[in-house]
Amino acid sequence: MLVASLWFFALLLGLWWLLSDHSTSTYFPPLRVILRRFGQLWLFADVRTGLLPSLLHLLIGFSIAAFLGIAVGALLWALPLLREATSPVVYFLYVLPAPVLIPAALVLFGIGASLSVAIIAFACFWPILLNTVDGMRGTDPLKLDTARSLGLSFRRSLWTVVLPGASPQIVAGLRAGLQVGIILMVVSEEVGATNGIGYFILQAQQNFALTDMWTGIIVLAIVGTALNVLFVAGERIALRWYYGARAVSRER
Amino acid sequence: MMQLPTTSGEPVTQPAAEPDRTSPLLEARALRKTYAIGRGEERLAIADISLEVQPGEFVCIVGPSGAGKTTLLRCLSGLMPASGGHAMFEGQPIRSVPAQVGIVFQDYSRSLFPWLSVRRNIALPLKVRGVEKGEREERVRDVLSAVGLHDIENRYPWQLSGGMQQRVAIARALAYRPELLFMDEPFASVDAQTRFELEDLILRVRSEYHVTVVFVTHDVDEAVYLGDRVVVLSRPPARVDQIVGVGLPRPRNQLETRADPVFASLRKTLLELVMGLGH
Repeated sequence: MLVASLWFFALLLGLWWLLSDHSTSTYFPPLRVILRRFGQLWLFADVRTGLLPSLLHLLIGFSIAAFLGIAVGALLWALPLLREATSPVVYFLYVLPAPVLIPAALVLFGIGASLSVAIIAFACFWPILLNTVDGMRGTDPLKLDTARSLGLSFRRSLWTVVLPGASPQIVAGLRAGLQVGIILMVVSEEVGATNGIGYFILQAQQNFALTDMWTGIIVLAIVGTALNVLFVAGERIALRWYYGARAVSRER
Repeated sequence: MMQLPTTSGEPVTQPAAEPDRTSPLLEARALRKTYAIGRGEERLAIADISLEVQPGEFVCIVGPSGAGKTTLLRCLSGLMPASGGHAMFEGQPIRSVPAQVGIVFQDYSRSLFPWLSVRRNIALPLKVRGVEKGEREERVRDVLSAVGLHDIENRYPWQLSGGMQQRVAIARALAYRPELLFMDEPFASVDAQTRFELEDLILRVRSEYHVTVVFVTHDVDEAVYLGDRVVVLSRPPARVDQIVGVGLPRPRNQLETRADPVFASLRKTLLELVMGLGH
């Protein structure tokens, strides 16, 4: 399965290696050269200034968004009047591309970590919020009846029935949030940071260190892939019941 | 395990043939339910229902399709407020589902929580009622064995067959030892063989657990086989068309009871009523 889906990727890498091998273009150095430079820079000299700050910003921003997104989502689910009143604002802010807020955030937070974290949290928040509300509203009414027949309090219903039932969609929101978060991590650092991977790539480009720039792009690709793989692995464990039940219902 | 010897707690006499003087467990007085009151699509689902259920009784509710059987059950169990009249459980007006009431729904695959193991599904109402962990474990095991299931505590509902899932749902509703069990067409989604097994199962556990049962079904045969009395609803909006006492001896037996001439005549009477031929 993995081999079947990876052969084409390997082929492309091989082609890149071969076709770029005798390249003298400053813009497209040979992959061989890029990888050698990659080894010098990222194993592991620049990881501390180039990568760890970025990941930290992402982790903090994403966690804030996840907590607030789910909490506010649950609140909006529980209070239909508030939900109706806020829904135009929510959709307005949801469709607003987060990068346009960077100039305003620069004024507010100045250059640095808090800018990145705030922008990441803002961008991740909306898909998580909307998916949480949607998922909770989609609770099977028979499950709510069952909860009442068993004597579950509102609070216990929320924790044992509504949230678990909505969890597949909440997780989908978290995944969408993570992807947006990675984008905003880079964009915010390119504009308003003094370290991190986005800052590194932009600096390399402006200093005409194009080989360095390419290594940064490779790092970003690897990090993005690793985060997604980790997320999906966690999802498979947390939603084991969901995938199990779905597989069974497809068999029948 | 299918059929219990004759000494089970099932009453052989019919406690409700004559309305007795003890206070009823469940009582409905002129119960009425209108959907969408004050809007264009306003619809009267239940016109006027009065009935009494005595402790220990097994009462079946049948009626033509769309008669409002499920609506009635939802009003009687406290899942839904009635629009008029009274529903009382142990003499108290029903506002929400009383703690001493259990409900088994038709769609077991939706009423069980797929994210909880069988153990945690059944333990949930016990936890709500403050039963200690050790006793919870014990009760889960007991009630599972009462419904004929063993060694499945750690499985998930979706890993079980339909019949087993409905057994788990019954076990969950019995685990906290309710006085009254409502069942809404509980065996309508299982195959015929499983259905016979589950019918005998419910007769057996209701004597073991001394639980009164109100059982909604569209199947007249099932109503006669299980019930002490059968309440026949009219065409919608629902009224009580007739209440038929089932004078069949207990314990009942799929082969003998269904071959009994009394069974055949009751079945005919009820079918005529339900199909509107009796009018």
